[in-house]
Amino acid sequence: MRPVAVVGIGKTAFGAFADRDLRSLAIEAGEKCLQNAQLAPSQVQSFYLGNFAGPSFVGQNHLAPYVSTALGIQGVPSTRIEAACASSGSAFFHAWTEVAAGVYDLVMVVGVEKMTSQPTARVSQILAEAGDCSGEMRVGSTFASLFAMIARRHMYEFGTKKEHLSMVAVKNHAAGALNPQAHMRKVITLEQAMNAKPIAEPLNLYDCSLVSDGAAAVLLAPLERAREFTTKPVRVLGIAQCSDYVALDQKATITTFPAVRRAGEQAYKMAGVAPPEIEFAELHDCFTIAEIIATEDLGFVEKGQGGPYAFAGCTALRGARPVNTSGGLKSKGHPVGATGVAQICDLALQVRGEAGDRQIERHSLGLAENLGGSGATCVVSILGAA
Amino acid sequence: MRSGTVYTETVIWSAPEVFAADVPYQTAIVELDSGGRVTVRISGDRAAIGDRVMEAEPRNGIPFFRKV
Repeated sequence: MRPVAVVGIGKTAFGAFADRDLRSLAIEAGEKCLQNAQLAPSQVQSFYLGNFAGPSFVGQNHLAPYVSTALGIQGVPSTRIEAACASSGSAFFHAWTEVAAGVYDLVMVVGVEKMTSQPTARVSQILAEAGDCSGEMRVGSTFASLFAMIARRHMYEFGTKKEHLSMVAVKNHAAGALNPQAHMRKVITLEQAMNAKPIAEPLNLYDCSLVSDGAAAVLLAPLERAREFTTKPVRVLGIAQCSDYVALDQKATITTFPAVRRAGEQAYKMAGVAPPEIEFAELHDCFTIAEIIATEDLGFVEKGQGGPYAFAGCTALRGARPVNTSGGLKSKGHPVGATGVAQICDLALQVRGEAGDRQIERHSLGLAENLGGSGATCVVSILGAA
Repeated sequence: MRSGTVYTETVIWSAPEVFAADVPYQTAIVELDSGGRVTVRISGDRAAIGDRVMEAEPRNGIPFFRKV
């Protein structure tokens, strides 16, 4: 395998955009990315689209060539990857394998989702289809309810408290307020976060990520060619994708995600780094409890201590190891299929020192964790200065 | 009738469209005495982790359990 670098990034703002369709969002992110790498569309040799549910949200299938041709990328392999909320993390992983293996030099990944054209109850229904529809979803579960059951069990086993969850929302909103591309740039207090309306007990509105429209794009190239396209290449030091049961009731335990642990171990091994060396991270906070468990599963903190770790401010923007300097899915927004690639863009911005008001001091080694469903897919990527 | 112990539970206040009329309702993962776990709806009194539950009449093909 040869070393791979991210040589271009591009993102749309995340939000609810009544006047934008899926393709226009994907094109905006893709064109920004091509421009960032000073690359012509005709130079792209393979294209991946991460998208969860375009067919259900906007009634369009065969989405990869639908997007790539609109970007002026013609004739090359154009492939859509669906892995629930990890769709574009998985697309990024597969693009990386092509470049690392030497199949292609210039591979582009776009992640996109257009969600807000559907009413909330319909959005819940479509998202629920990422669970096991013959079991857990048949009884009326939602994704919030699955993570609520995870939170309840985590509280029962480890003494995690409601205010620990709420603090994750507070600190992610504080970071997101500094991100000009975030969906909800609003600082919230712990009291507001604790007392919002219930969604699935013990989770309330502020424990849940946002329903958003948006797109993100990255361009990968072999490290040896990276400086043809950028003065600030960002190296992919480690990456892994792992899988597990879709249904929560099939897992031996629900307070840890084996796919996250395995992907983390493999990515750390490839990068040759240990968890304490990671300086900052973008972790998949689809629900506040998910970020707490990710800090445990990735070895940032001992099992069961993720709640107090977040509550103490260790993962805040100016904490010892900032998590979700972008605002996370909670404040930046969660256009499902765009999230994995957006995390890569946000790591790259920090590594390059281009994160503006939310730039952190130690920014040479970052980790992204992109989770699909209630843990059936996980992609962990470790990026650093090249 | 199956019986078991509540492994975890939640009360849902925001539901998918087909269940909107049922809100609020409780779901749980039950550890069955016969082995394995199953995700069910809870009828009657609210159940907490560790509570014993028995299977009740299914409704519309959905498995329901009740606290004993």
